[in-house]
Amino acid sequence: MKLFKNLLKSPMFVFGASLFSLVLFAAFVVPFFYDISQVTRVGNPYDAPSGKYLLGLDHLGRDYVVLLLRGLRSSLYVGLLAGVIATVLGTLIGLIAGFKGGLIDDVLSALTNLFVVIPQLVLLILISTSIGESGRSLTLIAVIIGLTGWTWSARSVRAQSSAIKSKDHISLARLNGDGGIRILLVHILPYLFSYVFMVFIILISAGILSESAISMIGLGPVDTQSLGTILNDAKNNGALTDGYWYAFLPATGIIISIALSLYLINTSMDGVFNPRMRK
Amino acid sequence: MQNKIFDAVNCVRSFGHGKKFMTAVDDITFDIKDGEIVSLVGGSGCGKSVLAKMMLGLYKPTSGTFLYRGKPITDHKAHWREVQSVFQDPFSCFNQFFTIRSQLKAAFGIYKEKPSDKEMEERVDRALLAVNVKPSEVEGKYPFELSGGQMQRMLLARIFVLRPQVLIADEPTSMVDACVRANILDYLMKLKHELSMTIVFITHDIGLAYYVSDRLFIMHKGKIVEQGPPEEVTTSPKSEHTVQLLEDIPDVNREWIKRA
Repeated sequence: MKLFKNLLKSPMFVFGASLFSLVLFAAFVVPFFYDISQVTRVGNPYDAPSGKYLLGLDHLGRDYVVLLLRGLRSSLYVGLLAGVIATVLGTLIGLIAGFKGGLIDDVLSALTNLFVVIPQLVLLILISTSIGESGRSLTLIAVIIGLTGWTWSARSVRAQSSAIKSKDHISLARLNGDGGIRILLVHILPYLFSYVFMVFIILISAGILSESAISMIGLGPVDTQSLGTILNDAKNNGALTDGYWYAFLPATGIIISIALSLYLINTSMDGVFNPRMRK
Repeated sequence: MQNKIFDAVNCVRSFGHGKKFMTAVDDITFDIKDGEIVSLVGGSGCGKSVLAKMMLGLYKPTSGTFLYRGKPITDHKAHWREVQSVFQDPFSCFNQFFTIRSQLKAAFGIYKEKPSDKEMEERVDRALLAVNVKPSEVEGKYPFELSGGQMQRMLLARIFVLRPQVLIADEPTSMVDACVRANILDYLMKLKHELSMTIVFITHDIGLAYYVSDRLFIMHKGKIVEQGPPEEVTTSPKSEHTVQLLEDIPDVNREWIKRA
């Protein structure tokens, strides 16, 4: 609780958290008042914003508010799923590498470094292309992002876990007869919680950005809208050259808001948790 | 003839490769008999803590033989049922996410079959009382809520819970003040008498070692440079390192540190 109070003292956190709450509000509360179940033609292509359709219509005459809200929900879903996969995978690999040391550490670190040097976007593009139009669902894309984005969490967790490994309480746990898995989960992981949580937040943000990036270049999900596919549609249908700002500015704004709010939350937590172990 | 608890012959333990290669324990031969209090005395980095970890079975000797009761240490859990340790820094010895009490109970993990829950609770209570802490004082408390002296006593309480036959005490008094130090030594002696334990006492303080031990081992750079009864070692030291250790004890009537 004291931690939370300290967090509230940080203007950065208050701003970031409010912004993120606003995003969540738009994604999960607004749909109760604004019907987003139907994506249908309601007017002419690129009709300008009006009282009835606040953000105008797209190239097929569909309401942008509906598209954006649906896209926002998909993007949050992708970010969360990719974030969870990347965090769990990276934390596990990092924990084991740091704790076991020796050959296992060398192999896992080499694997991590291999993934670090391959640009994630290139990998995403290659995998998305090879899967082909028909198989590219939102979930699949989230899984791909998760499976390629775990390197940072693995690296940072590895460093922490190898530092904690040599502490006395680990020796004592061994003298108590605890096995390797119990030591990892009970005596090392809790010390890394604040750290893993911060990595998790950043990975959610990275997941949302990656999804937008590959969707915008036309390799996104085919089964639903996301913020990236809205941008892709706008790009493909002349919105940029013809100056229909409402086709791309709102979507871009939402993506930036999510990434910025999560980044601010992460940075402010960094200061408050002030992990003594990271001296 | 008394039984030998530890028996080391030409024991070597080294770490690292190439440039980082270093030998922490260098060709040591000694034995420790049942019921003895032996002190390992030496300055920082002389290899005494590595030797302690070898006695606990946490390190294996690189070469030479290191026997516990005539056998090499293979089954660690069985070894730790008989040989336990008190560490130097009481603050870093407990997991800060769990209560002290639950961690004292966790010590029962080394048994093949845990006693009943009621018996475990009773033994923890008795152990706490043995180190003069009321069980209610630490009820629901986390490690960071206790003082250094209390924490060190918690480590000793753990030993009272487990009642091992051999105790490796790795500088148990170096992090606490002089007053608490006397208490800790008191409890160690109490353990010794109640359980007729063998104690290996590791310290840099030859004065302290003189008072508690049956035999002294003086270590320097991984070697045991001198060993014998405390009177003999302190009154007629044969090694220059022993002389150095004796001279480093502050004395009220003698100039100790030469001021520039």
